[in-house]
Amino acid sequence: MFKRLPDCPATAVILTVDGRAIEAREGDSVAAALLAAGFAQTRQSAVSQSPRAPYCMMGVCFECMVTVDGVANRQGCMVPVREGMRIETLRGRREISA
Amino acid sequence: MAAESADVVVIGAGIHGCSTALHLALRGASVIVIEKDHAGRHASGVNAGGVRQLARHVAEIPLSIASMEIWERIGDLVDDDCGFECHGQVLVAETEAELEEFGVRVADLQRRGFTHEELIDKAELQRVLPAVAETCPGGIISRRDGAAQPYRTTQAFRRAASRHGVRFLEGVRVTGLARSGRAWRIGTTSGDFLAPKVVNAAGAWAGRFAAMIGEPVPLEVIAPMLMITSRVERFIDPVVILRSRKLSFKQFPNGTVLIGGGHLGRAFPEANRTILDWGKLQESARTVWELFPVMREAAIVRAWAGIEARMRDDIPVVGPSHKAEGIFHQFGFSAHGFQLGPGTGAVMAELLTTGRTNVPLQALDIGRFAGHSRAVV
Amino acid sequence: MSGHEFKDAYDVVVVGAGAAGLAAAAEIARAGLDTLLVDENAGPGGQIYRAITTTPVRKREILGDEFWNGAALVDEVRSSGASVTQTATVWSLDADLMLGISWGGRSRNVSARRVVVATGAMERPFPIPGWILPGVMTAGAVQTLLKSSGLLPAGRTVVAGTGPLLWLLSAQILRAGGAIDAILDTTPRGSLTRALPYASGFLLSPLFAKGLALRSEVMRKVRVVRHVTELVAAGGDKLETVTFATRQGAKATLPADALLLHQGVVPNTMLAMAAGVAHRWDERQLCWSPVLDQDGRSSIEGIFVAGDGAGIAGALAAELRGRLAGLAVVRDLRPGYESSETQSIRQKLQREERARPFLDVMFQPPREMRAPADDTIVCRCEEVTAGEVRKAARLGCAGPNQLKAFLRTGMGPCQGRLCGLTLTELLAEANGVAPGEVGHLRVRPPVKPISLSELAEMPVSEAATKAVVRG
Repeated sequence: MFKRLPDCPATAVILTVDGRAIEAREGDSVAAALLAAGFAQTRQSAVSQSPRAPYCMMGVCFECMVTVDGVANRQGCMVPVREGMRIETLRGRREISA
Repeated sequence: MAAESADVVVIGAGIHGCSTALHLALRGASVIVIEKDHAGRHASGVNAGGVRQLARHVAEIPLSIASMEIWERIGDLVDDDCGFECHGQVLVAETEAELEEFGVRVADLQRRGFTHEELIDKAELQRVLPAVAETCPGGIISRRDGAAQPYRTTQAFRRAASRHGVRFLEGVRVTGLARSGRAWRIGTTSGDFLAPKVVNAAGAWAGRFAAMIGEPVPLEVIAPMLMITSRVERFIDPVVILRSRKLSFKQFPNGTVLIGGGHLGRAFPEANRTILDWGKLQESARTVWELFPVMREAAIVRAWAGIEARMRDDIPVVGPSHKAEGIFHQFGFSAHGFQLGPGTGAVMAELLTTGRTNVPLQALDIGRFAGHSRAVV
Repeated sequence: MSGHEFKDAYDVVVVGAGAAGLAAAAEIARAGLDTLLVDENAGPGGQIYRAITTTPVRKREILGDEFWNGAALVDEVRSSGASVTQTATVWSLDADLMLGISWGGRSRNVSARRVVVATGAMERPFPIPGWILPGVMTAGAVQTLLKSSGLLPAGRTVVAGTGPLLWLLSAQILRAGGAIDAILDTTPRGSLTRALPYASGFLLSPLFAKGLALRSEVMRKVRVVRHVTELVAAGGDKLETVTFATRQGAKATLPADALLLHQGVVPNTMLAMAAGVAHRWDERQLCWSPVLDQDGRSSIEGIFVAGDGAGIAGALAAELRGRLAGLAVVRDLRPGYESSETQSIRQKLQREERARPFLDVMFQPPREMRAPADDTIVCRCEEVTAGEVRKAARLGCAGPNQLKAFLRTGMGPCQGRLCGLTLTELLAEANGVAPGEVGHLRVRPPVKPISLSELAEMPVSEAATKAVVRG
């Protein structure tokens, strides 16, 4: 759904999302990396389990909450990617894990 | 303009004021409730919602038991189940020494004829609270206890009272109380009202009305803090409380977990504001972290404090004034008055309309503070 | 800056490194005051100057001069002596000027003698049927993706709504080589007539010429449908179509992979409200704004609010307001400190603000997209519809705080950021009273969730347990 500008020099960063390796670029937030890699959904809503994806990209909507390196409920749009980062989306799970 | 009159004016539309108003109306009295904000704005609307007979001061137990009988048929009274759920409440012992003290308490209560508290061992504790740390050796359970939704409950009482003819004046402040013949003239920001009887159910603000009639009491304005987590998988049914460390803990049906226990922030009653003390909330979080490892990754989404009155002896003032005939007090519930609301309202209505009640109130009489010269703020 | 260790106390903490926060921090630190500038993003710049120091977008014309101007502000802060900490979330501020800050997975309390809240703006909620579907995003979100990551929407893209940012984003997408299938302009008929009485201020502003140029640049390349109503996003697990009604009342449906929504920006009031700062309803901007004096001093002693968080006026005004708040803080804490600039900054600010009334009225979003039809979800977190809110109002619910107990509106993780304004307007409409009387959701800290572990492990400093002396 998103493509990179052709002349965008940025270092590649590898992270895993639900166990699958994806390539992101330095400067991406976790949510941007997910969108760039074609993930259509970051979580399911707590009430009706409806699919949700990043909406505001500025820390307002909380639709991009994911687990980052074992820490649940991080706003994906506020966390810069790092090499080797482990992301788990909340697909099929409640809004937070205990 | 002639002052409006009623049989009773109730000051304060918290759970207590609303409940007393409803029960008075059910007994045929005409009632006006005067509230400076709106019903349930303060402690009644934002407390932990515990419906608890467990671990109460012995002086409160009769009122608490009377209340419990109403809670168990609350829908019949107010046409709303108030979110009441009965999964018991458990006082968890953290050490063997504590469990021993609990045993002494339960035995003493039984000698007095109160059987709602039951001592449980480690096996039963693990059965009712599988998520509790294994170091806890037992506790006390009160199986009929539970929890309800405080704001919804207060609103339900308010609506039921309205349906039975009670008039609510919200956003109206009482400015004076004076004798007018055999009645009381209640001055407000919205004109004067006349009533032979007045109930002082003004919570954190009740001290000023007691002082107005020459009966000052040592009332401290407090701001008990609470915090809530986002949803977690259901892992606990009963409400949990501790004794040596301040903690109460419960999970709502939607999965969110409420953490309270009486740590205090600072109250600014004139401004309707509170300031939280994160150092103490940190302690609460620490306690939960230790006792319920399952909660460690949960997220805290909101913290707040209510504004409430605490008496020096931590039990309320319930009953007639000693100084002013026709004035009745119902305040100072010291952060554990929510469960008592339905029953205390019924007892107050009985007291106001018949002059007597079978529920013993002597220990809650305002006379115990006689000689106190000024309110503690 | 990374590896930053916080002190227990600073003279001044500035929250937010957008235009206002950068300017305030620079003014304050230059005067020799111990200044901490904390910001939640990876780099300074806020929303307008987002990723100004790191953007991979090389062609300057794509983002435009207004963007690159932000670099000077960042340089100014860097040479001012302020401590700057990025990726730090301020989750609490109270009337004691105590802040709760999360950084690197750990939280701590920090106290200050003055606090400047420069938390900027956020996009106005845009509740339409289907706005919760993956594929529906705000225009600002896509602008963020472009600035920070050089990402462009690749599929069939529809832009809908009203306001200057809609045109700026569209122009940026097109300049970068992206494509837009259609722009659905929801600006209601008659907006221009309503806005005309305010036109004199706008015509004199440089924004007028820029706005026109931007619009014609976009309209040359994209189909624009004007006066669109009944906007609906639809799809199964993600967006598939966008349906709307045209001025003539005809319904049309476009296939779409992305729908970018925008109907203006509103102050992000969360932190100021959590601190207890008094707010009032702004009838023209249709949002809550803090009650402030001309330097940004709020109702809470020691707390200033600057920038778009103080009422929407744009990036240049935000910078000027940041300077004014900064200089006022300096005057408070350094009584001898003289700055001759205050008066000229005030005059510049007045010129900037002159264009606002026209824009506010011209781009006031239509009522049906602020207080939508009954079947539209207004609270995304708890999935509550406008109809349920109206029903609660009929049952006697007067304000958004009472509503929480019945519907849980505003109690999900976003804490009412995306439903608060809608709830106020819906209740006002249903109860026939002014929004200002209905009131706003009471904001409770933490304004961003923190994990129980993080709170449990928070060191409690000496300073945090003592009353803070200000002055």
